[in-house]
Amino acid sequence: MNQPVSLPLVASLLDAPLPASGVTWLNTARRENRESFAAGGLPDTRMEAWKYTPLRALGQRQFASGDVAAGARVVDPSILALPGVDGPRLVFVNGVFRADLSLLESLPAGLTLQPLSQALQGDAQPLRFALSRHYREVGDAFARINAANAVDGVVLRVAASTQLAMPVQLVFVGAAAEADLAWHARNVIELGDGAGLTLIEQHVASGEQAHLATLVSDIEVREGARLQHVVLQGAAIDASLVRRSSLRLHARARVGLHVLELGGALVRHDIEAELIGDDAWLDTRGVFMPHGRQHIDTQLAIRHQALNTVSSSNWRGVASDRARGVFRGAIVVAPGADGSDASLSNKNLLLSPGAEIDTKPELEIYADEVKAAHGATVGQLDERALFYLRSRGIALAPARALLTTAFCRAVLDDLPDETLREHLAALLIAHLPIAADQSS
Amino acid sequence: MLKIENLHARVEGREILKGLSLSVNAGEVHAIMGPNGAGKSTLGNVLSGRDGYEVTAGSVTYNGIDLLSLAPEARAAAGVFLAFQYPVEIPGVNNTYFLRAALNAQRKVRGESELDSMQFLKLVREKLKVMQISDELLHRAVNAGFSGGEKKRNEIFQMAVLQPQLAILDETDSGLDIDALKQVAQGVNALRSPERSFLMITHYQRLLDYVVPDFVHVLADGRIVESGDKSLALKLEEHGYVGIGESHPAGATA
Repeated sequence: MNQPVSLPLVASLLDAPLPASGVTWLNTARRENRESFAAGGLPDTRMEAWKYTPLRALGQRQFASGDVAAGARVVDPSILALPGVDGPRLVFVNGVFRADLSLLESLPAGLTLQPLSQALQGDAQPLRFALSRHYREVGDAFARINAANAVDGVVLRVAASTQLAMPVQLVFVGAAAEADLAWHARNVIELGDGAGLTLIEQHVASGEQAHLATLVSDIEVREGARLQHVVLQGAAIDASLVRRSSLRLHARARVGLHVLELGGALVRHDIEAELIGDDAWLDTRGVFMPHGRQHIDTQLAIRHQALNTVSSSNWRGVASDRARGVFRGAIVVAPGADGSDASLSNKNLLLSPGAEIDTKPELEIYADEVKAAHGATVGQLDERALFYLRSRGIALAPARALLTTAFCRAVLDDLPDETLREHLAALLIAHLPIAADQSS
Repeated sequence: MLKIENLHARVEGREILKGLSLSVNAGEVHAIMGPNGAGKSTLGNVLSGRDGYEVTAGSVTYNGIDLLSLAPEARAAAGVFLAFQYPVEIPGVNNTYFLRAALNAQRKVRGESELDSMQFLKLVREKLKVMQISDELLHRAVNAGFSGGEKKRNEIFQMAVLQPQLAILDETDSGLDIDALKQVAQGVNALRSPERSFLMITHYQRLLDYVVPDFVHVLADGRIVESGDKSLALKLEEHGYVGIGESHPAGATA
């Protein structure tokens, strides 16, 4: 009944030869995931996790695999830069490592930062756990295709007890090409015991394109390590971007995640966080702001598996025009995770009658003495506040912009780096469908 | 400056103002008093342009222009200010940022140069002194978590910064203790000038002990039923609203 290969998307992705490597277990993993993808195809909206993100249109498209010309694509370096950020940087263009755009000279002691393609030429064994995974579910279709086809990505390790002062930047550039491309990146990130890192992940556009990109990141945060992870997604407006970030937090690990989802035509981000060590602490915050006909879907799944673990999540969605936002926040407090504290909030604003946001908080508790709170709202701008601003002389459009920005800013408020915080706020404002300087 | 003639207005299909007429000249302070439900707050909302208030008849002329045809922000730029009975809390919008955006938006419409942050700060510091408001209020979000008294003082502070020509105070005295009332009154008195007019809407006359009006009007059932000087307020205080206006024709001469 289901003939996935007949879908143009699936056929085109299977058309590319499997990448070869000298590593037997990797070749096996690639082949297995590819076979699963060929057999299972794409998930449909009957699956809960894909209920609000239909892939029918994407399934009808075809993509050329990889970009042989990626090394020669001209990229304006200014799109890579962030104010106040001047540390190590790893840059990929259409999934291909670009040494010329990266900043890898004189890396601080304790930091390993290299492209996966290089890491695999050395001792691949440390990567085996992450890269030999076989994805079992049809819902994992994009992880499967990523596991089969990704030849590059980030390998980042911070040695135990190393505190890095400078943030590390990972930049994924989607660059205009002669055809619509499918490109992939596989990232393996690990913070050793007691390590500290600020990581900035950017998705940027160089020219107009409608590529399909998949990214899979494994992030291991060992005992007592601290990670501040900022994700700035500004992909091209016609691009499709499917990401999965899997985090594992060991005992007393602390992770703060800030996500800004602004770009892309079809965007899906699965965040899976497992709090596997006692007293692990996770704070996730994000804004998704689709307009036009953008579709942005965030699936957040947090699993408390150890004693006294804490997670708090605060997400805001703003949709306008005919855009659609999807947010699913699922928290599980597993048996034995006694004394855990989990909170989740997702508030949303609809700025146009044609916009839609589907939000679904889920909470399952199987442990004792757990504190848990969750809530989700979808609403419009407060008319009383709008009138208040207008009665003081601020015109309707800037008043709407002001209130919308304020609504989103709560998500950024706790970012310690003020320059970065203000930059992100400025990006939000620039992305608002209602320009702040409009006068009527 | 302000001429209201035979104003009729509806809220949710119900007629609230039923032929209200009133004239206010530059520099005058008018108090509008009346029982609950008389239409006092409706008058303030109609004058400032709030949605949901439908004017079915009559006119409002402000400095020769048809006030009712202007958007709320255009009325503000033209010099009309409403101190809200219930100031709105706006979490996430910084008080100073908001006020500077408001002032500069008004100045832009009037063709005046915008104030940079230094110039604005200087202006704000001057006005803070008059209002006895602490700096700390400026750094907070607009009215968010303010006490009732702080909200009302913040309204008067905004008025001091925006320097309107016509200020409408909608029950600014309600919910204030005597100290806060005095501070608010002091702020209002400091702004009295030959160019600036005030319309003070109030239920009680106690504010009028501190801000002495030139004229007092009684609003009942959507019309001005009696007008007089400040002694009218005292009379109301003594006898209440019962019987007011019965022996007088509707309409006011001020």
